[in-house]
Amino acid sequence: MKVCIVGCGAIGSLFAAHLARLKDIEVWAYDLDARHVDAIRAGGLRLSGKSTVHSHPHATRNPADIPPCDFGIVATKSMHTRSAMEATAAVFRNGAVCSVQNGVGNEEVIAEFAPRVIRGTTFPAGHLVEPGHVEQDTGGKTWIGPFEPKPASMAEVEVLARRLTESGMETLAMEDSRGAQWTKLIFNAATNPVGALTGLPHGVACDVPALRTVISALVAEGKAVAAALGIKLDSDPDELVDYAHKVAYLHKASMLQDALARRPTEVAALNGGIVAFGRETGVPTPLHQAIWALVEGLEASWKRNEPGSETRK
Amino acid sequence: MSGIRSVCVVGAGAIGSLFAGHLASVVETKLLVRRKEHAEALNRQGLKVTGKSQLHSRVTAATDPAQLEPVDLIIVATKASAVAAAAKHLSGHFPGTTVMTVQNGLGCEDVIAQHGDWPVISSITFMSGIRHSDVEVEYELDTETWMGPWSKGSADFAVTRAAAELIVSSGLRAKAFEDVRPAQWSKLIFNSVVNSIGAVTNLPHVRDFARTDRPADLGTLVRAMMNEGKAVAAAQGIKLYEDPWEMNVRAVSHGQTGLEDYAHVFSMLSDVRARQLTEIDWLTGAIVREARRVGVPVPIHELLFALVKGIEHGWST
Repeated sequence: MKVCIVGCGAIGSLFAAHLARLKDIEVWAYDLDARHVDAIRAGGLRLSGKSTVHSHPHATRNPADIPPCDFGIVATKSMHTRSAMEATAAVFRNGAVCSVQNGVGNEEVIAEFAPRVIRGTTFPAGHLVEPGHVEQDTGGKTWIGPFEPKPASMAEVEVLARRLTESGMETLAMEDSRGAQWTKLIFNAATNPVGALTGLPHGVACDVPALRTVISALVAEGKAVAAALGIKLDSDPDELVDYAHKVAYLHKASMLQDALARRPTEVAALNGGIVAFGRETGVPTPLHQAIWALVEGLEASWKRNEPGSETRK
Repeated sequence: MSGIRSVCVVGAGAIGSLFAGHLASVVETKLLVRRKEHAEALNRQGLKVTGKSQLHSRVTAATDPAQLEPVDLIIVATKASAVAAAAKHLSGHFPGTTVMTVQNGLGCEDVIAQHGDWPVISSITFMSGIRHSDVEVEYELDTETWMGPWSKGSADFAVTRAAAELIVSSGLRAKAFEDVRPAQWSKLIFNSVVNSIGAVTNLPHVRDFARTDRPADLGTLVRAMMNEGKAVAAAQGIKLYEDPWEMNVRAVSHGQTGLEDYAHVFSMLSDVRARQLTEIDWLTGAIVREARRVGVPVPIHELLFALVKGIEHGWST
């Protein structure tokens, strides 16, 4: 069995490093970061923190190096899905490709390039410590299921889930994985931009009563869209907000990390995704649309080299 | 001409210095400031205005109202957040003297009225200045100050008109209205929206504030939020003097300076960059409060209010 990880940043590295521990799987990591790729080739890929792993996946920046694969796991930032799939489409001529990215809309793009698609959602998070070395910050499960418009077979989904679980990444195969995806989407879309726009870690933001109220209002809009789509959520995102208030008080959401580094954010796949599905189903989402415009505005300020305050540095 | 022979300006930031620097050329002008060194410098060197006006006048400055002779008009020109302290300081002094407020937003008149039974003139100013030192201010935008008797107070229109005439005679631009609320609300809605969005996005007043091609365009948000403010004004029976959206489009079309690339850095954005408390409570927060009073939903204002509160919270933790 051959698996290609498309986009081997922090999340992609968690998948690549775990899977490469299994002797009968050939793992390829595709990434554009030359230093990370070279480090993996020279000394393997190391995980620390919640996992301790040192394994040796193949790594390359050149898609032509990669043999045809049975499975793809796409872990790029959502704005890079299209270019990454364009580059690697040949690898998956007969493969099933699974997104484990943030937001919604990635599977639709993958389906333009791959014959069979798997909808996935993953909770583990990490960050790159140095090339070849990723720290896993949080554990958690991964949920995968056939992407309805262009589905992989349930048998395939089960194979991938079993192998990931064997490798140490607990993964659940389900007929309908939209509930898990939308639970995480709504949680992220309600909390990530609040961090990015205020500079506050999750728990500190929740301490401000007006902000906590706003987060609930954003969650409510997301739940209304999910309901209109007929999606049954795994759990109440509002309860996840309170849970994270306790267990991830000083956690800086990925979008806040992007804002601090002045990198493009995933707002279009998060809040923009909720707005798009809201339009499709006739559910108004004025607050997510406002958040989308505000985060795009913040990104525009970086392009203008506006000075900003220390909190944004 | 006006019957106003002496004025006391409270607060000598950019706006206070502009009023005092101009008024001192036509009428006896006193300044009440917070810092002793500031008062001493003003007494020693006078107050200089550069830019659109060239003036250098003698003024009398003090830190304690007890040190000042009675005056005919008081102009409170502190930031909104400092009005309560200023009003407390004035309490018991200048009985019966008309007090004019020039702060952004709503609610400063109420704060003044809590500390004395002075007749109150509400005003809003569009002029701007750059304070170069304790004794020098540059007159930047020579736009108008709009004033009218406070709707809940006892100032009359004749006094308001006299004050406006005095201000005009000193070289500034001003207009007296029987009811200033239509003008005040036009500016309140405009400022509540563009100031808070600028503070949260870290953007000055760039052209994107009027772009409405996509749902995620900033102008789409500006317009939706202004519609909330307009609904609150309508529910209060206030007919706006100017459409805030048109004010926004005009402000980004050429820039009031005429420079192609000019983008005004909002006062709230300056405050955020300097990590100073903003005027959010008197702007966006005022709309949220007024909306609750009349039962009009303003979810986007609540969002921007909360985000700016969150930014401020970050400095205190």
